[in-house]
Amino acid sequence: MLSFENVYKRYPDAGEALSDVNFHLDKGEMAFLTGRSGAGKSTLLKLIAMMEKSSRGKVMLDGHNLSTIGERRIPYLRRHLGLIFQDYKLLNDRTVFDNVALPLIVIGINHQEISRRVRAALDKVGLLGKEKKYPLALSGGEQQRVGIARAIVNKPRLILADEPTGNLDPDLSLEVMLMFEEFKHVGVTVLIATHDIDLITRLGYRVLKLDKGHLMANQT
Amino acid sequence: MKHRREKSVIGRLGEQLEAYLLNHAHGLFSSLGRLCRTPFTSAMTILVLAVAIALAGGFYIMVANIQQLTGNLETSNQMSLFLRDNVSDSAGQKLAEQLKANPAVESVKFINKQQAMDEFKANSGFADALKALDSNPLPSVIQLLPKNVLESNDDINRLMSEFKQLPQVEFVQVDMQWVEKVQTIMLIASRGVMLVGILLGFAVTFITGNTIRLELHNRQDEVFISKLVGATHAFIQRPFLYTGFWLGFISGFLGWLIITIMLLILENPVEKLSALYGGSFQLLYLSFSEFLLLMMIAPGLAVLGAWGVLNYQLRLLKPQ
Repeated sequence: MLSFENVYKRYPDAGEALSDVNFHLDKGEMAFLTGRSGAGKSTLLKLIAMMEKSSRGKVMLDGHNLSTIGERRIPYLRRHLGLIFQDYKLLNDRTVFDNVALPLIVIGINHQEISRRVRAALDKVGLLGKEKKYPLALSGGEQQRVGIARAIVNKPRLILADEPTGNLDPDLSLEVMLMFEEFKHVGVTVLIATHDIDLITRLGYRVLKLDKGHLMANQT
Repeated sequence: MKHRREKSVIGRLGEQLEAYLLNHAHGLFSSLGRLCRTPFTSAMTILVLAVAIALAGGFYIMVANIQQLTGNLETSNQMSLFLRDNVSDSAGQKLAEQLKANPAVESVKFINKQQAMDEFKANSGFADALKALDSNPLPSVIQLLPKNVLESNDDINRLMSEFKQLPQVEFVQVDMQWVEKVQTIMLIASRGVMLVGILLGFAVTFITGNTIRLELHNRQDEVFISKLVGATHAFIQRPFLYTGFWLGFISGFLGWLIITIMLLILENPVEKLSALYGGSFQLLYLSFSEFLLLMMIAPGLAVLGAWGVLNYQLRLLKPQ
């Protein structure tokens, strides 16, 4: 499903962010990505989200080599990804419904179908009934769940979450993690970058640990 | 459930088309709504564009009006022989008769000083001013029409220099020459219109482009997030292109309105002036087809400007 083969990423002014990273994730596998700030977690996620290209090596997603992918094909591949951010990245001038609907509008799905799927996604994250609210009227936990609903509304094959619980209290964090576990059970691959050692040990999934751009531990 | 999955290909294509059209309609109206939500900024941009359009269109219609005036001038080979001041009426009349005998001459008409004065008084509208003059400054003239066989310029010129050598003649003027001069001036003027039009067209394109660039920066988050959920450039730039369209469309209409109002203000005095000269000059307005053309060119240029900027900027805007 997702594999890194001898991947290097070098920034012109910041030096090497990733060096010789190798790992593989299967379909329906869930894993944590850890490491200190600046260890390369965000860079690694950016390579998968096609926000950056690797300097060397191969990043393979569903049989596509992301290191050589053309600009024009990127939007179509991104439609199979569900991205979740620490700062939610919601559009604050649009309702919850419109925020969650965005990935579907982009594809050009008809109105009834959008409505049905947005409601289903909001139901899954426990926000049904808040469609007409604006993000800033919601709590941090609720905003994060809007972000999650937006990530799953298009039934992605891979969910990438960058510090999804960074702004949440422990109870909410666990709730969010259990939600990810549910997605894993229906065959979605999930990769979560997090600092939260407690949660990692509690859930007991595979951990990819980065240190100064090197993949240190790759334990199951 | 099974029914849903077996939806025909045409049915699905139809749904996609419906979604696509809905998306366009949404872009069209939401961009208009967005312009209305920032009325001051939008009004400033639209006014600047409208003034540029009105300048180009106004210059165009001005030249068209003058052209209408000069277009009536016939290019004839009529010559005017202005006689020396000391030539008496009878001598002038005699000369005219002599000239008529010339085989190259078709017809001759002698106008003495007094006739010339009367004609000028009647046509110029300066009757009162002329009263103040002690003596008649106008010369006697022999108007002469060469035979049609003298079509070429060389023949005309030969005839002209022949007449010039007559002792009674002060100078000779061929009407065709000044008609040609006027027409050449008009040619320059219409070239000028074209150049000014191109220049102001560039202005419209770049002003719109810059406005769209600012708009794009104001909505950077939206662009980033749309990119991250898999939006293509075509999708992202659509609402911005529609914004460009509206800017061009509204300012095109406003530009037309400015031109029309200016012409309405000018119409009365122009007609008065025309009446003073005994003419029946009708002020030209932009015709319906010219209006339509304007309403296509203005949005066209605006969309072009928006498209150019988007094409360049969207590639630079990468989500962080």
